[in-house]
Amino acid sequence: MSSPLASAKAAPRPAPKMGERTRTFVEAVREATELEMARDPNVVLFGLDVDDPKAIQGTTLGLPEAFGAERVFGTPLSEDAMTGAAIGMALAGLRPIHVHIRMDFLLLAVNQLLNVAAKSRYMYGGRVNVPMVVRAMIGKSWGQGAQHSQGLHSFFMHVPGIKVVAPSTPYDAKGCLAAAVRDDDPVLYVEHRLLHFQKGPVPAEAYTVAPGKARIAVAGDDVTVVGISYMQVEALRAAKYLEDVGVRAEVIDPIWLNPLDIDTITDSVRRTGRLLVVDTGWTNCGAAAEIAAQVAERLQGVRDFRFKRMGFAPTTCPTTPGLENLFYPNARTIAAAARDLVEGRACGWLPAERADLQSIEFKGPF
Amino acid sequence: MHAGLFRSLYRIRRVEEEVARVYASDKIKSPVHLSIGQEAVSVGVCDVLRTDDVVFGTYRGHALYLAKGGDMSAMVAELYGKVTGCTRGKGGSMHLIDTECGVMGTSAVVGTTIANAAGYAYALKVRRSDAVVASFFGDGATEEGVFAETLNFAVLKRLPVLFVCENNGYAIHTAQAKRQGLADICARARAYGMPAERLDGNDVLTLRARAEAAVARMRAGAGPQFIEATTYRWREHVGPGADYHLGYRAQAECEPWQANDSVRVIGELLAPEVRSMIVAAVEREVAEAFAYAETSPFPHPSELMTDIFTEDADELAACQR
Ligand SMILES: Cc1ncc(C[n+]2csc(CCOP(=O)(O)OP(=O)(O)O)c2C)c(N)n1
Repeated sequence: MSSPLASAKAAPRPAPKMGERTRTFVEAVREATELEMARDPNVVLFGLDVDDPKAIQGTTLGLPEAFGAERVFGTPLSEDAMTGAAIGMALAGLRPIHVHIRMDFLLLAVNQLLNVAAKSRYMYGGRVNVPMVVRAMIGKSWGQGAQHSQGLHSFFMHVPGIKVVAPSTPYDAKGCLAAAVRDDDPVLYVEHRLLHFQKGPVPAEAYTVAPGKARIAVAGDDVTVVGISYMQVEALRAAKYLEDVGVRAEVIDPIWLNPLDIDTITDSVRRTGRLLVVDTGWTNCGAAAEIAAQVAERLQGVRDFRFKRMGFAPTTCPTTPGLENLFYPNARTIAAAARDLVEGRACGWLPAERADLQSIEFKGPF
Repeated sequence: MHAGLFRSLYRIRRVEEEVARVYASDKIKSPVHLSIGQEAVSVGVCDVLRTDDVVFGTYRGHALYLAKGGDMSAMVAELYGKVTGCTRGKGGSMHLIDTECGVMGTSAVVGTTIANAAGYAYALKVRRSDAVVASFFGDGATEEGVFAETLNFAVLKRLPVLFVCENNGYAIHTAQAKRQGLADICARARAYGMPAERLDGNDVLTLRARAEAAVARMRAGAGPQFIEATTYRWREHVGPGADYHLGYRAQAECEPWQANDSVRVIGELLAPEVRSMIVAAVEREVAEAFAYAETSPFPHPSELMTDIFTEDADELAACQR
């Protein structure tokens, strides 16, 4: 399809290839967006606040200037209509990236996302596709509270036709966003606010981390720990606490939740016989339940294994700090649960907090 | 009347200034959206409401909560995350409530409480009550679909809802003109079939008089009414500071509003000794509220799992084991 915006302002060329560079998650998202917009004039970027001075934590910084107001724009406070409009744009050949500073606001757009975007290709017999990306942030810390903290990715995993990705490293942030933009299906790109501070290697050139492959972040034989989104960071820390007591955890980052690389996880559990899935969402009907069930389906009659899910406490997120801490899994509670799985009993062990493995300091006001 | 209005205005101003001052200490671990500069809108409207009238608001709700008579100590304790807070530390600044004086709740998701207000008004009508509901929201909220849908329903059912659009010209950092094709929010309300007027949100006396007339019409069964009150937020969208350095608005834009500060203007209508008595009483109340918050305990960890459902918390815990 020819581009309705083919004559749009020329964009800067991607930076030349360099050796190993370190970038933040925020910079990785920004780079991917810039490179994809430069590569494909059909890519448009919009959402509340994308062109404001804070530029969505910096992820859209400079893009309005680089690509012009036709391709990068702030929207009215109209999540439902703007999602519907994004679908219309996609049907017409554009590739919209629609940004939400909180995932909670997707609930205003669920009709468009699940009744239209996810289903169009199928219900129209493959005659159309809806290549759009929805960037949605999970908020955490500093009293984000009931309506600013929800991880709703499992809602979208539930419904066929929309892909879901939740990168945890800057490398994957860049590669998954590029893959999502190039994907001909709608993709929900889940971003965790606390990951925005993470730094890591990010090649300068454009690359993709394609749907459907998990990564073994740490190899081990005693227990398989799957950490989703930000919980990958806590799972990696948990592995360090576990090292101190001689437990070798295998930590897996699923990266893509739909399509989900269940084989990599299942192969790991076949070796370890123990599975702990840690989510930044509720466990009830959640992503962790799905992963555990899929592993069980594959291993039943083949291999006995013990498993446990961890996630938000089954309640609403409170704002007061003491209760907020209890609401979320953390490296120490993950390590404790993993050890219990390994020992096959409640050990009553909670590692003493190590200064080098503490939560990311997050300060107000936001 | 002037004394009461001044007391209400000054009370909100001072407690928020104190929140801003304390914020640097990190004792308030919650996002705060201050109403400094916008107090007169809540005060003007709430002054004509009875205790059994009900208000719904937004995350920028300190002024509304206090203007409707909300307990100041419970509010400050809430910001501190203490168990003595108005939601036992669970809601924070964005989710204030005081059911006893008709503050029925505030939401962090823009636009949502507009519809809740209409539903509450429907219930009042069904019960043949002459109480009314006031729904407070920002200019940004009028872009949400729920705004249009609720206005239509309210007119259809002749609901006693006073819609109060607190138009401070910005949604986060984006000016109204960048978000709305038609600046006249009242025109949109009228298009749905309700009377609407645009008022200076700093002019608390006019606002009060017009709100009084609107509420009287609603009590007489005239159906929903709409007020757009223009105002200005002096501080940043969220947080205690100023944000003119970001460049999305100029300091000069704020100056006329500050020159016409409702707190000062109303204060000057009072005899100096009346004013200083009110000031002293409010200062005491503010100091007490912060002392209360400082010395109150945090919630017990078991509170994490209470109030999920109405069933007894122990029973619930038992059936989850
Ligand atoms: C549905 C939804 N979308 C986006 C946001 C993010 N957000 C928080 S406050 C705000 C601005 C709202 O502006 P306005 O309604 O004018 O109220 P004000 O903050 O000026 O009082 C936005 C966009 C949100 N909380 N809810």
